[in-house]
This record gives sequence, C-alpha cells and structure tokens, in this order.
Amino acid sequence: AMLRASLRQVSAALKEGRVTPTELCQRCLALIKSTKFLNAYITVAEETALKQAEESEERYKRGQPLGILDGIPIAVKDNFSTAGIETTCASNMLKGYISPYNATVVQKLLDQGAVLLGKTNLDEFAMGSGSTDGVFGPVRNPWSYSKQYKEKSVPKSHSEDEESNWVITGGSSGGSAAAVSSFTCFAALGSDTGGSTRNPAAHCGVVGLKPTYGLISRHGLIPLVNSMDVPGILTRCVDDAAVLLGSLAGHDPKDSTTIQDGFKPFELPNLTDVSKLSVGIPKEYHAPGLSSEILALWSKAADLFKNAGAKVVEVSLPHTPYSIVCYHVLCAAEVASNMARFDGLEYGHRSDMKDSTESMYAATRREGFNDVVRGRILSGNYFLLKQNYEKYFVKAQKVRRLIANDFVKVFRSGVDILLTPTTLSDAAPYTEFIQEDNRTRSAQDDILTQAANMAGLPAINVPTALSERGLPVGLQFIGRSFQEKQLLTVAKWFEKQVQFPVIQLEEVKRHDADVFQHQKSASFS
Amino acid sequence: QKVSVEVLEHLERLALVDFRDAEGVERLQKAIQFADQLHEVNTDGVEPMDSVLEDRCLYLREDDVTEGNCTKELLENAREKVEEYFVAPPGNIPLPKLEEQETFLQGS
Repeated sequence: AMLRASLRQVSAALKEGRVTPTELCQRCLALIKSTKFLNAYITVAEETALKQAEESEERYKRGQPLGILDGIPIAVKDNFSTAGIETTCASNMLKGYISPYNATVVQKLLDQGAVLLGKTNLDEFAMGSGSTDGVFGPVRNPWSYSKQYKEKSVPKSHSEDEESNWVITGGSSGGSAAAVSSFTCFAALGSDTGGSTRNPAAHCGVVGLKPTYGLISRHGLIPLVNSMDVPGILTRCVDDAAVLLGSLAGHDPKDSTTIQDGFKPFELPNLTDVSKLSVGIPKEYHAPGLSSEILALWSKAADLFKNAGAKVVEVSLPHTPYSIVCYHVLCAAEVASNMARFDGLEYGHRSDMKDSTESMYAATRREGFNDVVRGRILSGNYFLLKQNYEKYFVKAQKVRRLIANDFVKVFRSGVDILLTPTTLSDAAPYTEFIQEDNRTRSAQDDILTQAANMAGLPAINVPTALSERGLPVGLQFIGRSFQEKQLLTVAKWFEKQVQFPVIQLEEVKRHDADVFQHQKSASFS
Repeated sequence: QKVSVEVLEHLERLALVDFRDAEGVERLQKAIQFADQLHEVNTDGVEPMDSVLEDRCLYLREDDVTEGNCTKELLENAREKVEEYFVAPPGNIPLPKLEEQETFLQGS
C-alpha cells in the first residue's frame, strides 16, 4: 500500500520513520523490474538511486531532511539532461549520450533530496502523441493490465491473449505517465509542447500539469519548440502536483525565458464554496471526433459546477480549429532549427562517412533520426524558405496571436477558468493506433490541448472517470497566465468531487503481498 | 501543385536530411497541403507573435564569466577528437549532385 500512497503521504511516513528511503527506493526498483513489460523506462539508474536513498536516510536519521521531497522516488522523461545518466530522447541520434550537466529541474529535484529512479520512454524527440515512435519501442498503458479493463474486454477467442489487446499511453510523455500510474514512482517529469503531458495523463489516469510558459526553467530540456515547450508534472493527485510545482518554479538565470517575478510555493486550500467561480465552456472544444462518452462526461462536469453554485457559461474561442495547422507550421519551423545541432561532431551518433563535412552531417542525420523527425525537419525547412516565409511561417505567427487573443478576450470577460475535454476518446489499442501515421494522429489528438501551448497558458488534466471500456478519461482545466494557484485549487475541488477509482493491478497487489511478508509496520489508512 | 525537384533537392541540402523515398516526398506534399488551411484565416492588421512573453523584458545578465573550464567533459562526448579539437572531415566540398545521390527524387 505504501507505493500507492500520495507523495505527501509517503513523505510524512518517511519523516515519521514508518519507512526508510532505502526501503522505498528498493520497492520501487523491484516494481519497475516486475512491470518491465510496460516499457516505461529506458534507463533505470539503480546504483545512483540507491546511493541517493542512502544519503537521504542519513539526513532523516540526523533529523535534517531537506524538505518534503527528500527520499521521494521520481522519474524523469528521457529528454531532460541528466549528468552521468544516459539521455537518449528515444533516438539513435543520442544513444549512449551522457550529458555533463543536469537540467535545472533535475538539479532542483536532486538538491531537495529526491531519488532519481530513471529516465522514461517517449516518442522520438517528443514528436508524437502515442509514445509509440521511439527507438526503444512503445510504452504500454498500465490500465491494459488492470482488472477494470480486463473485465470489460470481450475475449475474441481462446488463443487471443491480452498481448494484442494492450492500449497506448498517449504521448509523448507516455513513459512518465505509465511510471506514475503503475506506482513505480511518486511523481515524474514530462514535457508539454502540444499536449505531451496532459494527453498521456488523461489516458493513464493521472494528474498532468502544464505550467505557464516562463514559470519553470527549460534549461536542459532538449528543445522541440522553444516558444512553446514547458516541463510538465505528472502525479497521482493535484496536491502532489502543487508540491512539485513549488519545488520547480521560479526564475532561472540559465533560461532567459523564465520570468523574473518572484514565485511563492503554495499549499492548496480546500475549496468548499465555488459560488464566486466563473467556469467557461468553450464551444469549439466540442471538436469533430469527440466521443459521445467524453461529451457526456464534460457536460456532467459542467453541471457539477453549476449545481455547486458556480457560474457556468458557454464561451467561444473561434480560432481553435486552426491551432493544429498553426502548430504544424510553427513546430516544424522551430524543429528544423533545433535539430540542426545534431551533426555528429560534438556529441551523439556520428556516421562513418568521411568524404566531406557535409556528407558526414547528412549521413549522421540520416542514420540518427526516424521518419517523423526527418519529416518535420524537411517541412520546417520548406516553410522557412525565402519564397514561403511570409506565406507560412509569418502567417502562422499571426494566427498564433489570434489564438492567444481569443483566450485573453474570454478571460477578460469575467471567466476564471475553462473546462474542456483533454482527449477525443479513451486510449486506443496499439494495433489500431499504428494504422494511422504519426502526423495524422498528432493532428487529431492534440486538438484539445495544443491551443494552451500557443497561448502559453497553464492547463491541467484531472482524471475523471472510467470509460465503458474500463479505461481512464480525464478533463482539462485551462487557467490564466501564472494563476496556477487558482487553477490547481479548482482542479483539487473537482478531483474530490469525482473520486476517480484506483487502478487495480495484479503486479502491484502481488508485490505488496510479497513485501508484507517481510515487514512489520506499513499500513496507511 | 507538386513541389519541384529543384526545391526538393534544395531542401535536402539545407536540411542535410534526405527524403529517402517517394513516401518521404509524399509526406512533405501532405504537410504543405495541410498547412495551406492557414490561408483561410483573415490576418489583416495582425502582427506576428514570436513569444507569449513579448510584453516582458528578457533577463540579461552581466557579461561576466561565471562558468567554464569544462573542456574535458565536453570532449568526452565527441567521437573524433585530437587534443582539444573536434575533428571533422574536409570541408568546403559540396554534397554530390542529385544524379549521384542515393535519393529517389527522380522517381517522384
């Protein structure tokens, strides 16, 4: 039961000595091993994690823990630089690459005593919405193995085993979402450029927070789209997300796109009165392809707020349908620029080709990048050609302003927060998902999450209910810039109302049972 | 309108990434088609947006050296090096012409 606790609960247990950091670390590592089939982790840093846990234990013994995160096992998406631990971005281009420095967010976690269990799997260079397109293979959604999903799946035949039935995690931070969802860590870092934290959070039934652009440092996050990327936070409950946010937010001199305003970490109040709250329901988020199930859930949620006394109004964000096209162009353009650094000379894969510098670069990139990455680089370069620059790149930048202005207008009209679906449907089976190509999939799946990245706004997925197939469905709240406290307060209230069920996983149960044989005290109420 | 072979070649040279096959070229065609939807939006009088933080001043620090001296660590990740240099094959040699390349552009 320890592993199923929230971050705050387990932190209290550590403080009270009910469990030690090394015990906790060992249990997480053991569970990672027994859930290896999920393919959530690319690298498990067993030795360093245990060492960090030991150091944490010393601090607890001296009565001097560094804070609430001391001794807490966490996982980090493999596009964050970690000193001494391989950072691959799930690409051949960076296989074997060991960064000489820690990303600021990683350093902050380590400085507070967190235990880094490992690096999680993703779509190659975070391009994708399934966590299926990395060189280490796809990530499997833990809910595929849950009692809730298995009960609802109709067995097709005796010979058809659950192997072919498993569903995707969503992406691109699928590994991180799966790690949190399967209890192998208490929080994980993801990244969010078009929905890459919120999408897998929705499919894996965990909380996924995309902070306001400029709040959390991107130093060390291998960039995709510099003007939209943010580090994302994945946890099992909203309060835990607030804890992580408190540890990570704030100006970083190494990232000049972090704002200089002071940030004060906060604890979330237990909101009981929502009568002063105005919730906006953007009608354009009733997007084509939205499942009737999710539509109904969204409606039910709106009613929940209404019945609790909040003001619930329909609003309009008219340029929403263009956010995907706009993203498509801006993303490709920034990617074309960002990927130029991978030439084999200073780090990463290098081809054996030696005829000339240019041919070495070309061969290195040919060998190192997958189709999706190469495709975006080429499109990006097309949109940036002199003859296309105004027509595509600048045009997209103008549309971006229109999208951002839509939000400004709505928030100015008295709406405090927006309530929308996070995904169009519950998680698709892998075999179905891969039938469409990556770009089509991303275009479909990002539609509800992308606009928040365009406008730089904070947004959060809160797991809401199980679908008819027994899989998680989440809803999204979008808030005003830098108003994370309000966003999370409302999200916490909503989380309390919906009481999303705990995943029932055989592996975790079995694991708990084994562990209980050996230990004396453990239980949580 | 299909993208001309000259542009495709130009792109491969600029990007130093190849289309690989007809499918790669088709992918670009579809990407352009998709992007063309942007032209449905009226953006008269709208300024392009570079960053959501455009109303703020970016942080600039003093021009003082605060870190460095990490030559050894930085060289560790390079495959080919000599003393404190990264070694590259000979430069100023343009990529082979289209006909000599292994691309499938001719077929598209």
